[in-house]
Amino acid sequence: MSRYLAARAVQTAITLALMSLVVFVLIGLMPGDPIDMMISGDPQMTSEDAARLRAMYGLDKPLLERYVAWAGQALQGNFGYSRSFSQPVLTVLWPRLLNTLLLAGTAFVLATAIALPLGIWAAQRPRSRADYLINLLCFAGISAPPFWLALLLITLFAVFLGWLPAGGMADVRPGTPWATALIDQLRHLALPVVTLTLVQLGAYTRFMRGAMIEILRQDYIRTARAKGATETTVLWRHAFANALAPVLTVLALSFGGLVSGALITETMFAWPGMGKAIYQAILDNDYNLALVGLLMATLATIAGNLAADLAYVWVDPRVSIAGDAA
Amino acid sequence: MTAESPRHRAWVQLTRHRLARASLIFLALLLVLSLSAPLIADLRGIDPTATDLFRRFEPPSAEHWLGTDDLGRDLFQRLLDGGRVSLLVGLSGAVLSAFLGALIGVLAGYLGGRLDGFLMRLTDGVISLPLLPLLIVLAAIDPRKIGIPAEIAQSETFSLYRIVVIVALTGWTTVARLVRAETLSLKARDFTRAARALGARPGRIMFRHILPNAAGSLVVATTMSVGALILFESTLSFLGLGTQPPAASWGNMLTGAQELLQQAPMLALWPGLLIFLTVIAFNFVGDGLQDALDPRSERR
Repeated sequence: MSRYLAARAVQTAITLALMSLVVFVLIGLMPGDPIDMMISGDPQMTSEDAARLRAMYGLDKPLLERYVAWAGQALQGNFGYSRSFSQPVLTVLWPRLLNTLLLAGTAFVLATAIALPLGIWAAQRPRSRADYLINLLCFAGISAPPFWLALLLITLFAVFLGWLPAGGMADVRPGTPWATALIDQLRHLALPVVTLTLVQLGAYTRFMRGAMIEILRQDYIRTARAKGATETTVLWRHAFANALAPVLTVLALSFGGLVSGALITETMFAWPGMGKAIYQAILDNDYNLALVGLLMATLATIAGNLAADLAYVWVDPRVSIAGDAA
Repeated sequence: MTAESPRHRAWVQLTRHRLARASLIFLALLLVLSLSAPLIADLRGIDPTATDLFRRFEPPSAEHWLGTDDLGRDLFQRLLDGGRVSLLVGLSGAVLSAFLGALIGVLAGYLGGRLDGFLMRLTDGVISLPLLPLLIVLAAIDPRKIGIPAEIAQSETFSLYRIVVIVALTGWTTVARLVRAETLSLKARDFTRAARALGARPGRIMFRHILPNAAGSLVVATTMSVGALILFESTLSFLGLGTQPPAASWGNMLTGAQELLQQAPMLALWPGLLIFLTVIAFNFVGDGLQDALDPRSERR
């Protein structure tokens, strides 16, 4: 087990190193640089001043040389400052990561809690009208552009009905009673969570249904029924227990992706999360913030993959971690 | 499990097929309309790019079938133009990524060994990337800094090509895994072994014997990916990084719509509805194709 985890850690380190190089180069290829931004704030700057500034910040050096310098600092734990926030990037990103986890986590739990029972229920009556309707709704969820869904929800609930705030996060001041603060927070969470839940729901339900149908066709299910097991036992002990492994894998994988996938929802609802911070940093030429943000998002996805693999071993006793399946 | 009466099964079969058929009709209509958009504009006597600030936010009328937008342009005509971009990007992006994925998948599966290990590591790596933010970086890079001449970089078609390449870069992984799995099973089949015994070279076996036999699942995966790619294109364009105005795309038509919700909610409704219908239509066609091509799936 520890050898396996060590191997995974090495793999992760390699992926992160490659990713940081690729992103560093890509960001270097974006139009303009931080000096252009500084110049626009000071009309008296001459082009010689700009060149001097570039030399001072090392921006006149080739990209690769700049990357080596950055990586050297990063390995010592210095990830640099965010230009637009004038704070260390980790100080900027950390609370935003928590905000994203709150949003994505709530939506993920909600989507799973709806999708699994719905998928099982549909799998029990394949090709019925109910199954057909669920399938239709799943396709609708998969096909709706998230930003448009957000737009529709804002139009309906924030603009026309005025029930919920159109965006932002609860502004909790010291001294606010906790109940008021909680309600305010929930009201702000409602629309983004619903958007993100609807976006995932279709895929999860279809996957659960597919896995269940596949298993319900197996011989051992027929055997279980033949030996007189009740339908509940057949469904939960024989079918669901076996369908769980692949479903958990897919769920864990998609949770890793959700951290960056929430970007659109966060941007639409002005939710101060990681995705929105990365997007804004890219637009503002805030190199450090964009780079470290992307690396954190990659790490989240990799963590999701690892969780998926571990979950597989946990629910399926036939699989062992060393890969020598019985 | 509920019993399936033949009539019941027939009903569901029919509706399922009907959905795929309706989707095909919708897509064909959309394709014809959006490809002939300039012709329609001529016939209606409307210039889709002409702005008229005296006639903003007009309600639907005989002249402007769906009204006008915030710059007084004809909404219907712009929707058709946007459709051309979405369909073009979705279809060519899907074909390009299917091509890439099939090539990588068949090479990894057939040649195996270290190449297989490397290519599959690469695929896993790409899958574990935070796709959306990375796409945004890709869409934001300055083409002049990678040596593309300014006049090409600033042309309207360039932003189109760029977006096709970007969406294709995301799409190939699914196809690669699928084709690799198919290749592994086809490689062990008698007809491939016979071809090998007859002295056929690896290239011939891969492209004449294996890929044609994997065509069914390839077609299904490609059709399904068109929808996803259209969603990606519209998202990037919505964020201002895909198709650049004044060229219309369904995504960038929605960019300003959020600020105009009070004034003109219909401006936010139509482009989004068309994205939704187009994507769902491609998914239905893919689903129908899967039923038709894969005897194992669903027909139970």
